Amino acid sequence: MVNRDRFLDYDKSLACIHCGLCLASCPTYLETGNENDSPRGRIYLMRALQDGRLPLADTGVRHIDLCLGCRACEAVCPSGVQYGELLETTREHIEKRYTRSLYQRFLRRFVIEKIFPVPARMRLFLWPARIAKALRLDRLLPGALREPLALIPDRITTADLPEFSPTDRPSVRGRVGVISGCVMSSMFGETNKATVELLNRAGYDVVVPKNQACCGALFAHGGNLDQARQCAKENIEAFEAENLDAVIINAAGCGSTLKEYGHLLHSEAAWRTRGEAFSKKVKDITEWLAPPSTLQPSNPSTHEPAPQQRVTYHDACHLAHAQRITKPPRELVRAIAGLSFVELPEADVCCGSAGSYNLTEPEMAERLQRRKVENILKTGAKIVVTTNPGCILQIKAGLAKAGSDAQVMHIADYLLGECKPA
Amino acid sequence: MTAGAPQPLLDSLREIVGAVHVITKPEELLVYECDAYTLEKQLPTAVVLPGGTAEVIAVVKACATHGVPIIPRGAGTSLSGTVLAVTGGIMIALTRMNRILDIDVANRRALVEAGCVNAWVTNAVKGKGLFYAPDPSSQPACTIGGNVGTNSGGPHTLKYGVTTNHILGLELVLPDGEVVWLGTTPDGGEDVDGYDLRGVVIGSEGMFGIVTRVLLRLVRAPQAFKTMLGVFNTVDQASQTVSDIIGAGIVPGALEMMDQLITQAVEAAYKFGFPLDAGAVLIIELDGLAPGLERQAETVVGICRKNGAREVRLAGSDQERADLWKSRKRAFGAIGRLSPNFITQDGVVPRSKLPEMMDFIAECSRKFGLRIPNVFHAGDGNIHPLILYDERDPAQVKRALEASQAILEKCIELGGSVTGEHGIGVEKIDFMARQFSPDDLEAMRLLRRVFDPNGRCNPHKMFPGSKRCGDFAPRKQIAA
Repeated sequence: MVNRDRFLDYDKSLACIHCGLCLASCPTYLETGNENDSPRGRIYLMRALQDGRLPLADTGVRHIDLCLGCRACEAVCPSGVQYGELLETTREHIEKRYTRSLYQRFLRRFVIEKIFPVPARMRLFLWPARIAKALRLDRLLPGALREPLALIPDRITTADLPEFSPTDRPSVRGRVGVISGCVMSSMFGETNKATVELLNRAGYDVVVPKNQACCGALFAHGGNLDQARQCAKENIEAFEAENLDAVIINAAGCGSTLKEYGHLLHSEAAWRTRGEAFSKKVKDITEWLAPPSTLQPSNPSTHEPAPQQRVTYHDACHLAHAQRITKPPRELVRAIAGLSFVELPEADVCCGSAGSYNLTEPEMAERLQRRKVENILKTGAKIVVTTNPGCILQIKAGLAKAGSDAQVMHIADYLLGECKPA
Repeated sequence: MTAGAPQPLLDSLREIVGAVHVITKPEELLVYECDAYTLEKQLPTAVVLPGGTAEVIAVVKACATHGVPIIPRGAGTSLSGTVLAVTGGIMIALTRMNRILDIDVANRRALVEAGCVNAWVTNAVKGKGLFYAPDPSSQPACTIGGNVGTNSGGPHTLKYGVTTNHILGLELVLPDGEVVWLGTTPDGGEDVDGYDLRGVVIGSEGMFGIVTRVLLRLVRAPQAFKTMLGVFNTVDQASQTVSDIIGAGIVPGALEMMDQLITQAVEAAYKFGFPLDAGAVLIIELDGLAPGLERQAETVVGICRKNGAREVRLAGSDQERADLWKSRKRAFGAIGRLSPNFITQDGVVPRSKLPEMMDFIAECSRKFGLRIPNVFHAGDGNIHPLILYDERDPAQVKRALEASQAILEKCIELGGSVTGEHGIGVEKIDFMARQFSPDDLEAMRLLRRVFDPNGRCNPHKMFPGSKRCGDFAPRKQIAA
């Protein structure tokens, strides 16, 4: 019996020839050793679901749910299996046909889809949470709620970016747009400002259209593709009118979705073309700023390796795997840190944040958080640089739990803090 | 037919390793129904994921009590059905036992658990100027335990030798649950008196027991590399070059050939910059002390030119060398871009017979109407024709199997053998009787009985007359 809902692009799923080269790249497989928690195993399950060999029931859904969507497997797959796409359409199928617990529905349909993507609501939502944390009421909460609360940092900055920030450099190198983001703008306002400042210093005029929307990633990853498409259309309209050289994003998770608008809108011909044109302009802040000559760092000789300044870099999954950007951020950090830079073991293994994963799958998220923190502690680094808000919160909370005083910084904050103005 | 697992056995397995590490639901066993050889499939009765040697011993003893077959499994990347649960049984997957336990730089050895991924070893010792030499193309995922089972090779085994040359000793849980250490112990000297039982276990395809810990030899990383890409118009020219390089007394670190079809697939996947119109390319890597390499490289370039190479490129940086090897090592996987299914063979022929063998493969491709790209360890005459087919077409499956058979027969006819490194598994069982006399096979059976008197450990592999999967091929795969 074949499942009548065709959710899986069968030809794309057949590109998997079962070679197994993906296994060791998969964080959940590394943790459980169970092949059902590996990319090869999950594709097997997806096909079994599509073929009707496997009913849409708890067991199968469990293994698909446990996937972080980090796409590390895609980066190593020799056959070019588009795992992220197979996962999204399978998840969409699951959300439409499978009934979840009340708590999971509340998390997925309300917290993740109704609050996170709207900065104003997000700020409102954060207040009671921060008060609870400040008064140490969190100890009274059940574990499932305590973990997410631990992620909320003590210092939150919000900032509304001006719609236009001109560069003060004599020769203007170009005009770029900036996506202000949902979590970024409600919790990392300073980082957004730093991003604009770095772009201004590098000679770019910066435009931040007011009518931009959520990038759609939270919806797409959760299986709500219709809502994700709506977000995409709003953004395309907002930025299209501005005649920009590039659209800059400083959150890796958003960047990967912004770069896939063409595919997201593939079923609507006119929108697909506009989506492709938009996505072509999207650049992560690190790929736009590298090579580091634009940074004008202070004299490298003053940056003698000092143990208390040892710096390491964590690859955000959606930058390293989904966008395959690993060199530019390292070049930038190295340009500042010089010999104080140390590579992080398993730098590109997911920290467990994975968008909203640390809310929906707290147990595995914590195991991966611990794994990441152990690796960081091995390096002796005092500063961990990365490029995604989720990773920053997750690693920060993990280091705090381990009693470490190492800082976690967004690369824009790190670069701006260390660069002297020219 | 599937050997059922009595409930008391499942209960004790859960007690030993914890319920979460015992897989029994049919839907969760699906992915364990085959390895990277997807033509034959059979569900194991259960899969157990032990966390250490003590748990393996307890699991093996419980299975012995109930007389149930045991099948060891690592990452399941093997290409000949070596870990297929032919009649069901308890599959013991060592994927949780993946730690590097100790690195002894002074004595140049590393102690690892059997589930440790091959590439992790080299990654862990790179900073110390050492590496673990056997480098099968699946090394980012395959396990050391699996490498022991098939005595894996890899591109660099031409100079450095295969797995058996790099395993000092190993811990083996026998099918009755007794545990033995064979060969050099982690804190012992290298020369061990008596028979080399370690050597007997390496390449035994998991039929002698479950390997749980392995003591690896680490070698000093070469000081310098010269990695070249020779571009030829024909496979013949490239084959002749291989013979001439070895004939000139040069032993490259690796000497690999890719024909046009595979080069095109690999180029589509990795965009290295391979010429799409070349009949064949050779990857020639010289390594060693920097001063001598220049002259060797000149000699190699001369040999390439003499044989009609239209271009010889030199990797200009470590990055370029890494990219070139990445392209080569992931070549098999790139097949997904050409075809939904493939069978590969890894027969061996004398180097001097390579041109003849390659002609024969091309003829098979025409005769059976199937595309057969080639990417292989030319330096040691170890061919890897990749026979492409679509499993949804039973006629194609049949022709693919016939082509595969014809190629292996030719290997034997030319004085070679049917497998260089992938193992016999279930796939090449029928060739054993052609390659070995009944006496040879009986001697092998007797040897196996020393370790596994009841034939319960990874049964139905290697020996002719073994049971095959009931629904052998062409069957609709749910995943390949």
